[in-house]
Amino acid sequence: MHELGYDGPTTIDDAVALLAQGNARALAGGTDLVPQLREGRRHASRVVDLKRIAELIAIQRSADGGWRIGAAANVTRLARHAELAVAHPGLIEAASLIGSLQIQNRATLGGNVCNAAPSADAVPVLIVLAAQAEIAGPAGRRIVAIESIPRSPGQSMLAPGEIVVAILLPPPAARQAARYLRMTPRREMDIAVAGVGAFIELDAATGIIASARVALASVAPTPIRAAAAEAVLIGQRPTLELFAAAGAAAAHDAKPISDTRGSADYRRELVAVLTRRALTRCASDLGIPLP
Amino acid sequence: MKTILTLDVNGEPREVLADGRDTLLELLRDRLGLTGTKEGCSNGNCGTCTVLLEGEPVCACLVLAAEVHGARVTTIEGIATGNDLHPVQAELIRHGGTQCGFCTPGVVLSAVALLERNPRPTDGDIRHAIAGNLCRCTGYDKIVEAVAAAAQGGAP
Repeated sequence: MHELGYDGPTTIDDAVALLAQGNARALAGGTDLVPQLREGRRHASRVVDLKRIAELIAIQRSADGGWRIGAAANVTRLARHAELAVAHPGLIEAASLIGSLQIQNRATLGGNVCNAAPSADAVPVLIVLAAQAEIAGPAGRRIVAIESIPRSPGQSMLAPGEIVVAILLPPPAARQAARYLRMTPRREMDIAVAGVGAFIELDAATGIIASARVALASVAPTPIRAAAAEAVLIGQRPTLELFAAAGAAAAHDAKPISDTRGSADYRRELVAVLTRRALTRCASDLGIPLP
Repeated sequence: MKTILTLDVNGEPREVLADGRDTLLELLRDRLGLTGTKEGCSNGNCGTCTVLLEGEPVCACLVLAAEVHGARVTTIEGIATGNDLHPVQAELIRHGGTQCGFCTPGVVLSAVALLERNPRPTDGDIRHAIAGNLCRCTGYDKIVEAVAAAAQGGAP
């Protein structure tokens, strides 16, 4: 690494202006960026630290019941936010799988999304919660779906000078649940061989699945939606048999590779099992007995 | 590019000239001479370089020195009071929770941070708190026993 400059702006406008100059890179928790810079896997001549900007670390509930989570708020702060933990236990559980406590004291949702790792543990659950990212950049602000941000391993769709300022969670429906489950050979400090985020929303009157989303990690170049699995679920009554069928469909949606962590066939099998279990957890959250 | 940083290290205000590339680990070891914090993997996997930043454990190798300007840092040098070891340190010795000793500074800081927030941890709480501190000698059981004993005020 050659010279490295540091800026710690306190406003978003200053951060965007600084990022427009030269080869600057936004710094949130640094758990990925710092070793990438030091090992020459990414290059930058300056880092622009986002953690000194109040809006970037704020966690706020909006009037409609949605949430606005500063992109640079660390995972420990999210996990200790009692109201957020009650509203979105699946998100907190997923984010709390990221690295060790040392990592969670630094790591952020904005970083987890923008680092664009196929295995990012918080991303599938954000996708199934229909979360959006608010982006600030030289051309102003825009809002995009979380799933559109990772473009390929390590590459986001952000234009030069753009940063994610907040993760936006829509107001929850009356009867909805979202969970993320992953498989790692070790219980702690490991990377998902496969991970599945699942979401169901039940029609309040009939108990039919009105809306369903399934997102898969570590089985494609980016986290992906499992469209066939979602189609299996929507309009049906929740049963174990249905969830198993959704798992089989999700395994078909997965596009895994074989590598040191697992073969493609093994990953497909994991997707089937994890999808069924994640959906079962959602049903359990909603207190529905499964026939 | 060099800048002067001010920070609180183990309760003392420090002013130090740092390079923009320095990590907090390099700041502590190479600029401040606090070599109690050890360098392991240098990419956040082993927890050997754990220090407390504003009271919370972090891997010093993953934090840029410039990020801690104005912050409060606690290293292993700041844990004992004079010659009186912290209960976590004393119990690690008593229970044989340290062998080669390389992971010990990081383990101590993770355990001290745990007990600050949770004075009566279960074994599960202790194992979770030190999950980010790799130890290749002890098999962890003796560390868990030591931290549990420190939580109980140093029972044998």
